[in-house]
Amino acid sequence: MDQRVASLHESLTGRSQLRVPGWLPGGLSLLVISLILFASLSALFFNAQLASLTTTLFDPYLLRVLRFTLWQASLSTLLSVLLAIPVARALARRTTFRGRSVLLLLLGLPVATPVIVVIFGIVEIYGNNGTLNHLIRLFGFSFQVNLYGLTGILIAHLFFNMPLAVRMLLPAWNQIPDESWRLASQLGMKSGSLFKLIEWPVLRRVLPGSAGIIFLLCFASFAIVLVLGGGPRATTIEVAIYQALRFDFEPSKAALLALIQLVICTLTVALLHHWLRALPLSSGLATTSQNRPDLNQPGSRLIDFGIILVATTFVALPLLALLRAGLTGPVLSVISDQSLWSAALNSLMIAIAAAGIAFSLGMALLTTSRYLRFHRKQPNRSELLELSGSLTLVVPPMVIATGLFSLLLPFGFVFDWGLVLVAMINGLMVLPYVIRLVGPALLANGEHYHHLCSELGIRGWHQFKLIDWPIIRHPAAFSMGLCATLSFGDLGVVALFGTHDAMTLPLLLYHRIGAYQFEAASVTALILALLCLVVFRVIDLLIGGRRALH
Amino acid sequence: MPFIELEALCYQREDWQLKAAFSLERGECLAVIGPSGAGKSTLLSLIAGFERLISGSIRINGRDYTTAEPADRPVTSLFQEHNLFAHLSVKKNVGLGRHPGLRLNQKDHLAIDQALEAVGLSGYHHRLPESLSGGERQRVALARCLCREHPLMLLDEPFAALDPALRSEMRGLIHQLIKSHDLTVIMVSHHPDEAAEIASSGIFLHQGELKAKGVMSDLLNNPQLPLLRAYLGVS
Repeated sequence: MDQRVASLHESLTGRSQLRVPGWLPGGLSLLVISLILFASLSALFFNAQLASLTTTLFDPYLLRVLRFTLWQASLSTLLSVLLAIPVARALARRTTFRGRSVLLLLLGLPVATPVIVVIFGIVEIYGNNGTLNHLIRLFGFSFQVNLYGLTGILIAHLFFNMPLAVRMLLPAWNQIPDESWRLASQLGMKSGSLFKLIEWPVLRRVLPGSAGIIFLLCFASFAIVLVLGGGPRATTIEVAIYQALRFDFEPSKAALLALIQLVICTLTVALLHHWLRALPLSSGLATTSQNRPDLNQPGSRLIDFGIILVATTFVALPLLALLRAGLTGPVLSVISDQSLWSAALNSLMIAIAAAGIAFSLGMALLTTSRYLRFHRKQPNRSELLELSGSLTLVVPPMVIATGLFSLLLPFGFVFDWGLVLVAMINGLMVLPYVIRLVGPALLANGEHYHHLCSELGIRGWHQFKLIDWPIIRHPAAFSMGLCATLSFGDLGVVALFGTHDAMTLPLLLYHRIGAYQFEAASVTALILALLCLVVFRVIDLLIGGRRALH
Repeated sequence: MPFIELEALCYQREDWQLKAAFSLERGECLAVIGPSGAGKSTLLSLIAGFERLISGSIRINGRDYTTAEPADRPVTSLFQEHNLFAHLSVKKNVGLGRHPGLRLNQKDHLAIDQALEAVGLSGYHHRLPESLSGGERQRVALARCLCREHPLMLLDEPFAALDPALRSEMRGLIHQLIKSHDLTVIMVSHHPDEAAEIASSGIFLHQGELKAKGVMSDLLNNPQLPLLRAYLGVS
């Protein structure tokens, strides 16, 4: 009787709250992700006509595409990682020079810059009429650099992935204890043996994971290959899928290609699973100052700053070229063009929707993952649920898109719903960023406060509002800004679903480059890049508050 | 009828087991002593409801709480650390003991003021935990415990990180609050002598089993059990 009176009293005074079971948010999120994947993959299997698999598999065209895809991805990965090691080492050795933080910011820029914009900058520098060939001619040489083909693909992949590799490798130096350096100076070790005996062992732990991620990114690279590949000689699976769907109208071929893509990505992740998990979560790039004995070795300063200068120039050049080309182009006529702004509006809506989708799915997954870890004491399931948010690493967006495309094609409204599908798939694509950026803060909150919260009965909305949100607000704002920016500038699945009525800004830029309207394209590229920055800043500021301005 | 009755508690985690049974009268203060790994904190977690029993029952004030959620138990805990939400002010931290969503009425505000006064922190309402000393933080947490008006308080070495003088001061405060607020207390301690200052009775745990229970001074001054003698270092 006592208990019933008490609970009646609680409900009358508003002290009881609807209890949502802890597994529900993540469960729903997982259901949505699985449904999309299931619908897409089953459409692929249905369409791929597996009966003729053996004959198609040995189709020379397919084999050539497959071989080139693997070749360019391996080469890009190897170059990115090999070149990143000396850059990361130089930055790890020089921890206190002026402008280091600006430089690190610059190295972080490629992640958020739209691929199509960078491609434009690269063409400005390395293209047939670009700065580099201009200089070569100026010095009287007769050869010229031909950008289109493997060269262009490698340069662009290096632009994006060398800085990424630096960012992934740099935290490894923080794992070297100070004692190691002190010991090394007592033993009189030189730079070479320092690398071999102290630095290489910690690097070796993060190298496979970093290389794996870069391989996956290059393997599934679309826009770069589409624009810089320059024809059927240099086509990857993703581009072949696009051509099969949009030009050859062969959904079954596209489906087969998508399945091959899926198998290789899955194999890569399965192979590297161990190392991918061990990859450090830290997003910070501050390296602790180290008392290493080789800082004043003759010439070491020169070598370090030389390497840093070359790396910086390589990243900065295309961006500067873009700025110059954009500012000297027909700015007025481009910005007074109605189609630019309607495309920008479409992009903005996709960006906001994708960021919203990614954040909702991500928060739901993380909340339940935390519940499983701390309340149910099931760390394995918790981790598995968190991993499900990164499924798009295994199943590239283009594969999902191909499945949904062939699923919806018979109903005839693929293009009416194109932008909605693009937003949805982009949301899944950027979901891993939410998980990785917000996850650690939310888990740390759980670790510190889960007993306190459960004893005080703080759960659901109250827990989100009072306990979690104040802590995750900044990483959440940052991740949503990043998600929106990435979707805003993405030229991937939108190429499949986009039409003249459903144009996005990156697609418009691609069309202008394709139509050789380079002057208009240069202004469009600059506007796209600037709008990306604006979208990021505004979202970071709106959600993260004023303090988010770092 | 005893105030707290723990009947044949049994808890298992991997190959480690905890078994205990005892009862406590209202107003009693019980010290839980024993070497690390004996299950002292786990015992408190079971009573608070953070961990689930395999078998046995927990009755408090005549009602069964064996399967109740932590928030529904008439229990309030003071942990060793992370007792306060670092981003919330003192007043909000204490207020969360009144309403989990901080919807506070006039009565709640009064209770918060009184609790802060009882621990000697009037006027600290708007301070953030980072601006407080270790002892002050634990007092704020203590104020929240008082605010909840639950008769059973569980102390899991809340003063372990404090200096000796401060520890003794906090013990004095607890002792005084037990009297003024009619609290029943179960406290885990690594310092049996200090615990004896406020605990009238004690239990000794060893490898997950309750080995001895008795009046605190008897346990410490005249230990019969060889295990307890070894733990206390009495030859």
